[in-house]
Amino acid sequence: MDNNVVLTMRGITMTFPGVKALDNVDFTLRKGEIHALMGENGAGKSTLIKCLTGINAFEAGEIHVDGINGPVVNHSTLDAQKKGISTVYQEVNLCGNLSVAENLFIGREPRTKIGTIDWKTMIKKSQKIMDDLEMPVNVTQNLEEYSLALQQMIAIARAVDMDCKVLILDEPTSSLDDNEVEKLFRLMRQLRDKGVGIVFVTHFLEQVYAVCDRITVLRNGTLVGEYPIAELPRVKLVAAMMGKDFDDLAAIKTEEQADFSKAEVIIDAKGLSHKGTIKPFDLTIHKGEVVGLTGLLGSGRSELARVIYGADRNQTGTLKVAGKEVNIKSPIDAMNLGMGLLPDDRKEEGIIGDLSVRENIILAMQAKRGMFRLIPMKDQIALADKYIEMLQIKTASRETLIKQLSGGNQQKVILGRWLATDPDFLILDEPTRGIDIGTKTEIQKLVLKLAGEGKSIIFISSEIEEMLRTCSKMEVLRDGQKVGEITENLTQENVMKAIAGGGSNE
Amino acid sequence: MKTKKMSSNTLLLIITICLFFVMYGAGCVMYSAKGFTHLQTFLNILINNAGLLCVACGMTCVMLTGGIDISVGSLIALDCMFLAVGMERWGMSGPLLCVLVLVIGIVFGLVQGFCVGYLQIQPFIVTMAGMFFGRGMTAIISTDQVPISNEWFVGLANKKIQIPFGAYTNNKGVLQVPYIRISVVVALLVLIIIFLMLRYTKFGRSLYAVGGNEQSAIMMGLNVPMTKLKAYVLSSFLCSIGGICFCLNTMSGNVQQATGLEMDAIASAVIGGTLLTGGVGNVIGSFFGVLINGTISTLVKTNGKLLSSWSNIAVAALLCFFIVLQSVFAKIKERK
Amino acid sequence: MSKLKKITGMNLFLPVFCMILVMLVNVIFDIANGNFAFNFFTISLRNGMLYGRLIDILNRGSEIAILAIGMTLVVSASAGTDISVGSVMSLAASFCCMLLAGYGVASTSELAMPLIIGVLGGILMGCVCGAFNGFLVAYLNVQPMVATLILFSAARAIGLLLCNNLIVYVRNDSFGFFGGFLGPIPTPIVIAALCILVMSLLLRYTALGLYVQSVGINKKASRIAGINSAKIIFLCYIVCGLCAGIAGIVASSRITSADSNNIGLNFELDAILAVALGGNSLGGGKFRLAGSIIGAYTIQAITTTLYALGVSTEQAPVYKAIVVILIVTIQAPPFKAFVKRLSAKRELTKGGAAA
Repeated sequence: MDNNVVLTMRGITMTFPGVKALDNVDFTLRKGEIHALMGENGAGKSTLIKCLTGINAFEAGEIHVDGINGPVVNHSTLDAQKKGISTVYQEVNLCGNLSVAENLFIGREPRTKIGTIDWKTMIKKSQKIMDDLEMPVNVTQNLEEYSLALQQMIAIARAVDMDCKVLILDEPTSSLDDNEVEKLFRLMRQLRDKGVGIVFVTHFLEQVYAVCDRITVLRNGTLVGEYPIAELPRVKLVAAMMGKDFDDLAAIKTEEQADFSKAEVIIDAKGLSHKGTIKPFDLTIHKGEVVGLTGLLGSGRSELARVIYGADRNQTGTLKVAGKEVNIKSPIDAMNLGMGLLPDDRKEEGIIGDLSVRENIILAMQAKRGMFRLIPMKDQIALADKYIEMLQIKTASRETLIKQLSGGNQQKVILGRWLATDPDFLILDEPTRGIDIGTKTEIQKLVLKLAGEGKSIIFISSEIEEMLRTCSKMEVLRDGQKVGEITENLTQENVMKAIAGGGSNE
Repeated sequence: MKTKKMSSNTLLLIITICLFFVMYGAGCVMYSAKGFTHLQTFLNILINNAGLLCVACGMTCVMLTGGIDISVGSLIALDCMFLAVGMERWGMSGPLLCVLVLVIGIVFGLVQGFCVGYLQIQPFIVTMAGMFFGRGMTAIISTDQVPISNEWFVGLANKKIQIPFGAYTNNKGVLQVPYIRISVVVALLVLIIIFLMLRYTKFGRSLYAVGGNEQSAIMMGLNVPMTKLKAYVLSSFLCSIGGICFCLNTMSGNVQQATGLEMDAIASAVIGGTLLTGGVGNVIGSFFGVLINGTISTLVKTNGKLLSSWSNIAVAALLCFFIVLQSVFAKIKERK
Repeated sequence: MSKLKKITGMNLFLPVFCMILVMLVNVIFDIANGNFAFNFFTISLRNGMLYGRLIDILNRGSEIAILAIGMTLVVSASAGTDISVGSVMSLAASFCCMLLAGYGVASTSELAMPLIIGVLGGILMGCVCGAFNGFLVAYLNVQPMVATLILFSAARAIGLLLCNNLIVYVRNDSFGFFGGFLGPIPTPIVIAALCILVMSLLLRYTALGLYVQSVGINKKASRIAGINSAKIIFLCYIVCGLCAGIAGIVASSRITSADSNNIGLNFELDAILAVALGGNSLGGGKFRLAGSIIGAYTIQAITTTLYALGVSTEQAPVYKAIVVILIVTIQAPPFKAFVKRLSAKRELTKGGAAA
């Protein structure tokens, strides 16, 4: 092994039932570098890290860590920690109800002669750690009194103090403001100079260019490549992540654009916002229009849709639906106005796992009718059969529990649930994620067909290509803010440039 | 940045301490003619609630892990009945029985702790089963009211430890020296030991960590199931010590003894600032919770006209108030 | 082997199996005592009223069955149990008797108020208690068992206050009807049957069941799909309170009095046990009312059997507590995983021997 290398992963392969999550992926981390791991949703970033930290077991491949002979296999995060691989997550894995000093030392507290905890030494030591890192922290104070950024840095400090060689930062900046991010970067650079290898997972491009030395890009579970930062400008990075080389970029959209500006306005949002996730935005959607929300994960594309739907309550702004000003307090209000939301987190917010396919399909329609007007069983069966056939849902029967279906079929059931309510305005958040190519095309066709029937649709996807095929207008988001709108010249190049933003080519 | 901010938890504790002084002060004003102002009244609260204090200490430890133990009341009934029947019917020696009672507590706790820690069954279900088991076991031993007349035990119960200050002469002109009983000494010792344990031992801090964030506790290398198991063993063990203290007051065994004591113990802990969600709390708070509890029942008793169920209702209302307060604080925190 | 698996995997296997087991114990016990082997199943008509051990179980089990209805909903929607039902029963009984006898009256044979007001008052009191629990759980996010712990201890005390610390006797035939006979059939059986019927109809002809299960399985997804999750949980607790109220009236009518300290004692355990025994997970989600009902009568059969075996009322909880722990242990994920590992190992050694 190269002297300078602290971690190598070779040929890592792992499959989830039905999906190859990682296919022969290599990853190399050197001493004293900050290495960005990039990729869109489902690219395999988190799976790779989970393989490294022992949460997932990989099927093939080898991991080597500096200072340990032979291949390393971790069985738990704790195991990995003992071998010098520490992870700091977006959600801080510390105890907020304990003091900072304890959080730094729990599990390895200094003891007095009679075996009790030596608070004096512990506080002195931890104050020194904090002072060394120039963090303005009173170590006797409870952790939860400090901002998330500081908590994250304390988590990092704990990891570093436990002699870690490899530090994995998994989306640490998602909930931090610019100032806090800057502080975090300073700490990261300090650690780099001390020789720690840092793996930095983020979806903020600016941050990658601000702090990283090297980038590894994954796509669909395979390695796209490893690049020094200087060799990979922004637009190329986006292309690498999204899976299109600039060379074979071609205009896909050929058909003539319909002009929607004269059509009836269905949704008219002015200054809507939700604290912490999306800054105030305006949005107009016409009847029969398919609007794409694009931007990288975490740019606020899902959050924008959720605010309109009332899944997250808006704090500012007004919303007009079909010309009337409305106040949406909860999803049912939005549904009664003819909206529907297919959420991106299928498992948490979409399916009701222990209910049957039939029950999942009729649920939203039933909620709209109210509890005391049960849809007669005959109609339920007819509805379920209709959508099972129409969407070609592969299920043993309509009474099969939805959790036994594959991801794509689950998604179709949820789609069927919303189609059953006959909405005027449908929000589809990542409707094609985890679905095979054939079905993807079907869903895209369905979207166009629905639009043709006069329904308005918000379409959110991390694949630009499919958005280009379906959308007549694209809203571009970056860092929780709407930064642009593309109505003409909808080409991959334009969209990617808009997503990447900032200094385009170097 | 280096000054220490006051958290909502400290605020809860301060509210509790103030509440105690206000209540006690009100009692002094209202019932000064009935001797409420004498030191002995306060000491009687301690004597009457020595058992509860031990139980509340154990309850606090369990609640710190985010669990709960509602088996304590019936475990005390079991302990008392075991002591009474053991001494009176089986003719066993007092000290041996006391040790056996503690062993029963540990075994009881081991079973409950195993179910909660390793089988991951909801603490409430486990300890509810424990509650009915304990009460039923008591009935199996005996369904009679069994008074204790064992010499050693009676001697222990009647032993007065006089306090060198606060003496006064009553209206008959007899000098009354304030005193406490042996149970108070035991309970205060338990209080101090648990306080020190929570602050200065790894186990004590683990309780906080497990209750604060179980996932983090695992990530930081703590043995979570073991910590929970130990917490329940501790609770049942302290409950058994409390049972002996309780028995020193009642001097009998009876199936219906200490019904609703779990409620008093939980209320004391919650009133004392222990969060139901775990991770926050201290036995000092629980101590004041017990005092408030005792003050309420003393007030009701001193009044003489009120039904005794009023004290139950008052404690429940207070518990409800503090639960709502906790929930409001949690909501505010979330919004922040 | 696979046939056995099919049978044990059936929906109502657990409660029906337990029921049969209890009956077997009874039959064996009768034979051992030299009685007629099917003593247990004999039903006779005396003075135009039905008697027999089966009738007794159905009769005595009425309150548990009624409670189990409400408890099933609460467990399903909120993944927690309502431990206040026994105390609420007692409070409802006290309130009803206080209304009927007048405040401070210890014993009366004349009703101070029309019967219907007293009964409805008692039931309403149950609903109010349920609403209090539901508010704490659904809107303040208090853990269900802690929230219901408040009334678990306070409701009896409030009942005592209402009755001025007395056991209030209402020695009036019209009040005694609810615990007596309707023609040849004991009235409690009829009331329980009515409650079960109403709830089954509700589940059959409204979307209540779908809503409750949906909320219990996935609160977030249910909200996105347009269901007001908090309201559903609140409603479940009110229904549970209502059931406790009805059960309280029945229990009080049996003894034509309001004995605050003893009405509904230990019933919370029986109700929870009925739900668990009915094959419903105490972790919430899917539920089967039929399971809970069979579970309820099985509990009563166990209780009756225990009494027949000479176990006293106060000792019976020991055995029930053991049953509770056994059932939840079987349901516990670590235990399931353990069994799975064990059987996998066994198969492995079997395979090894074959090879």
